[in-house]
Amino acid sequence: MTNYSPYIFRIQRYSIHDGPGIRTTLFFQGCPLRCRWCHNPESHGRPERLPEGEMPGLVAGLVREIEKDLIYYDDSGGGVTFSGGEPLCQPDLLAALLAACREREIHTCLDTSGDAPAAVLERTAPAADLVLYDIKAVDVRLHERITGKPSDRILENLVRLEGLGVPYRLRFPLIPGYTDSGENISEILDFLVAHTTCRDIHILPYHNTAEAKYRQLNMTPPRITTPPEPAAIEAAARRFRDCGFKVTIGG
Amino acid sequence: MNHRVNTLRQQSLSTPVTLSHERACLVTEFYKTRVSPTQSVPVQRALCLSHILSNKAVFIGEQELIVGERGPVPSAVPTYPEVCLHSLSDLDILDSRPKVPYRVSDETKRIYREEIIPFWEGKTIREKIFSAMTPAWKRSFEAGIFTEFQEQRSPGHTAGGTLIYTNGFWDLKEKIRTAMDELDVTADPGALDRREVLTSLDIAADALIGFAGRHADVLDTMAHETTDPERKAELERMAAVCRRVPAHAPETFHEALQYYWFLHVGVITELNPWDAYNPGRLDQNLYPFYKRDIEEGRLTREEAKELLCCFWVKFHNHPAPPKVGVTAKESNTYVDFCLINLGGVTADNRDGVNDLTYLVLDVIEEMRLLQPSSMIQVSRKNPDRFIKRALKIVGTGFGQPSIFNTDAIVQEMAIHGKSPDDTRLAGASGCVEAGVFGKEAYILTGYFNLPKILEITLNNGRDPRTGELIGLETGDPKDFDTFADFFNAWERQVRHFVNIKITGSNMIEQINARFMPVPLLSLVTEDCIRNGKDYNQGGARYNTAYIQGVGMGSITDCLSAVKHHVYDNKTFDMATLLDALASDFENNDILHHQLLKAPKYGNDDEAADEVLRKVFDAYYGAVTGQPNTRGGVYRINLLPTTCHVYFGEVTGALPDGRKKGLPLSEGISPVQGADCCGPTAVLNSAAKIDHLKTGGTLLNQKFLPQFLESDKGRTAVVQLIRSYFKMDGHHIQFNVVDAKTLRKAQEDPESYRDLIVRVAGYSDYFINLTPALQEEIINRTAHSGM
Repeated sequence: MTNYSPYIFRIQRYSIHDGPGIRTTLFFQGCPLRCRWCHNPESHGRPERLPEGEMPGLVAGLVREIEKDLIYYDDSGGGVTFSGGEPLCQPDLLAALLAACREREIHTCLDTSGDAPAAVLERTAPAADLVLYDIKAVDVRLHERITGKPSDRILENLVRLEGLGVPYRLRFPLIPGYTDSGENISEILDFLVAHTTCRDIHILPYHNTAEAKYRQLNMTPPRITTPPEPAAIEAAARRFRDCGFKVTIGG
Repeated sequence: MNHRVNTLRQQSLSTPVTLSHERACLVTEFYKTRVSPTQSVPVQRALCLSHILSNKAVFIGEQELIVGERGPVPSAVPTYPEVCLHSLSDLDILDSRPKVPYRVSDETKRIYREEIIPFWEGKTIREKIFSAMTPAWKRSFEAGIFTEFQEQRSPGHTAGGTLIYTNGFWDLKEKIRTAMDELDVTADPGALDRREVLTSLDIAADALIGFAGRHADVLDTMAHETTDPERKAELERMAAVCRRVPAHAPETFHEALQYYWFLHVGVITELNPWDAYNPGRLDQNLYPFYKRDIEEGRLTREEAKELLCCFWVKFHNHPAPPKVGVTAKESNTYVDFCLINLGGVTADNRDGVNDLTYLVLDVIEEMRLLQPSSMIQVSRKNPDRFIKRALKIVGTGFGQPSIFNTDAIVQEMAIHGKSPDDTRLAGASGCVEAGVFGKEAYILTGYFNLPKILEITLNNGRDPRTGELIGLETGDPKDFDTFADFFNAWERQVRHFVNIKITGSNMIEQINARFMPVPLLSLVTEDCIRNGKDYNQGGARYNTAYIQGVGMGSITDCLSAVKHHVYDNKTFDMATLLDALASDFENNDILHHQLLKAPKYGNDDEAADEVLRKVFDAYYGAVTGQPNTRGGVYRINLLPTTCHVYFGEVTGALPDGRKKGLPLSEGISPVQGADCCGPTAVLNSAAKIDHLKTGGTLLNQKFLPQFLESDKGRTAVVQLIRSYFKMDGHHIQFNVVDAKTLRKAQEDPESYRDLIVRVAGYSDYFINLTPALQEEIINRTAHSGM
């Protein structure tokens, strides 16, 4: 089997927070964002270029890994989730995997930050059964400060996704000091209410399990050290609920 | 928990465990003064039980609702000198060891010195067994190839069926009379033996009826004497119950519980059978009484719960009988492996989960006692909410209940020619052992050390610990050209030792059949009456013998490493490996690392799992179908209790990279820490053996507490269990506690006295475990939901 690690840096089986049911999550190498709280800093390096002709072998090997847990997907209504990093960074691999899974009737989730060219989103998202779409901030400068990239393309892509008619659910990472201000939540709500129809949002409270990873990679861990207080999580949840959202805490 | 239950529970928890000489004295007195040479052995045994039950102290605790104690007081544990005899030094060690002590009074020691030891020395079953074993058996036993279950305790390994809920002992006596009348003395050369057995059963029935009657008398006196009108009414009611059962079939929930409990005390007084005794499918057996009592207004749900709680305390009052030949180092357990079954299917094969099932789960959660152990049977017919309810209890870190696959158990039973109706009455007892409750004697004969046999193979038949030739000379492993040759040598050694084990066990069966019949257990095990045969003589409808394979993960990883490095990739040769093993990997870090990196079982890795299947087939093939002397066959199951620690101590460095003396893997769990792809990978690997060919497998999974905290987490575990069971997995249990907590408990045991962990097929207090076992539990990989 083709060594997948330059493209998929980790395969996590029994994922229960990345979409419905029991899932296998494939973490794609490479990400255009540099979120200050990133849980997967090992994804930051660019993926290697896949040598000519290697794609079928790589996909076949990954599908074999995915198929190992078919019985659990079937019993739990689960499937496979493509996450990262940013899966849209490797559109060819993503498209091939999505197609292979659809052919095999394996439920797919695309977990994305949305920061990709419009054409990439249009090519891949319709091939997924469910998109998990991150929304971190609306304000361009805030977004740039906390993720390294402005928000405009991400917001445009969200509207585009809406137009594609692909089922999706929103994910809002609640990060103390970065995304948790009342103002940011207001702006997000305003945007969503004005431009989208999805009223299903998952609030993902920050957790500091990645600290050890940063040390291992000789990187400076994020400065946030404490997860948000339950009261703060509840307050944020109430804001969304008040605007008619179905809110779930966690993935 | 109401005041009564709380008081009884606290009393049970705080009463120190003592060793009682009461039974030893009564048995000795009986054999000294009352045995006549004209009596047959079964009749002697029945009269012995009768002598004990007629003369032992009757204990009735303040506030108790269910009565009957094996000792003179709660937690006073008797001894069984006719089976195995405690030496004075045994008594000293039991009295003084820091973990799991049994306090022994000076009076008891004196009585042992002056009366018990002088009378029983040279006459015990244990001595009979050891003198009957062949030199080959003894060499293997001493080398730690296998253990022997019957050297200290009598065969039992059974759970009560449905018989007692429809039959009083008077009904059974009637059946005995009919069977006697049908004996054909002219045509049946065994007619006399049968008559003696039937007579013994009849005596045993009277003995237990009498024992209940003695309780009724004391209760009447107490009712007469008490000034508390409420208690007076209770005592009168209890006395009435004790006059009705076990003589008559029970009519109420209370009577059913009390009936079982008298029987339980009787069975564990008669002898010290393995796994004590067991009410088996408690919710199924009691439900008709519960339902009727509630419908007819005799009982409220709260009252039923209180009775169950009182019943629970009685189990906790009965620690396991202490072992003989103990070493000060060796710890033990008070757990006596009584495993309550809940859920599963009804006798007519419908969803068995009922209101009482949930009530019993409430009792388990509230009582939080080590004994009795509890499990849920999960059939595909049972609802998810039932599993989720049980997982909530598991999530409290109590290690109970464990989870079993009814659909697999039914098929495991059906494969061996049992009637469909009987298979649905089956369950698991002890740790994970499957059998048809009330109709099958499924005797565990001993653990079997599969990795040690590899060590013997690598040394051409010799045990490197002693240099002694105990196996076959299958050849110098350096001369094997292929992995198939190497594997074949190991398989030949397995067959060699299995045959030694079976020869010994068949002899032991005959010793117990001839010298240690069990009339009371036979009375309540179908079809002993019809067959006119004792439980120990093959009187039960089904008669199975199990040999429990230990170290499946270890042996698979060992063979996988040899295949991968020596044969497939030729990383190093056999000679290099043998040198490294002989030196316990000293100065061999690279090779040691390579061994640790070989394909490991538990990762859904076909390279390793294919070896697992071969190992399974070899062990299954060596054991299954060999005849025992009770009319049944030998079968395998895969469970270790704590034996993987002992087996590890006698086994040197192994090709999986495990160093000398460390524990082996337990049950069918992967080697501690070898699995790194999460729970689905472990379950997939474990499901690659055919569980239906076994009589039980044990799979331990350690989860972090967060795993079961949320409804989503529990739902995912329900689905995980469903999938594993769809693949015919037999059993799974969860340890829900993080390593940090366990480390803290090691440092500060006093603050963690109540920390309960799942060991292997049972739960125990963490601080009562040996340091080696504590480490072993900490090292099991913890899964978290990512």
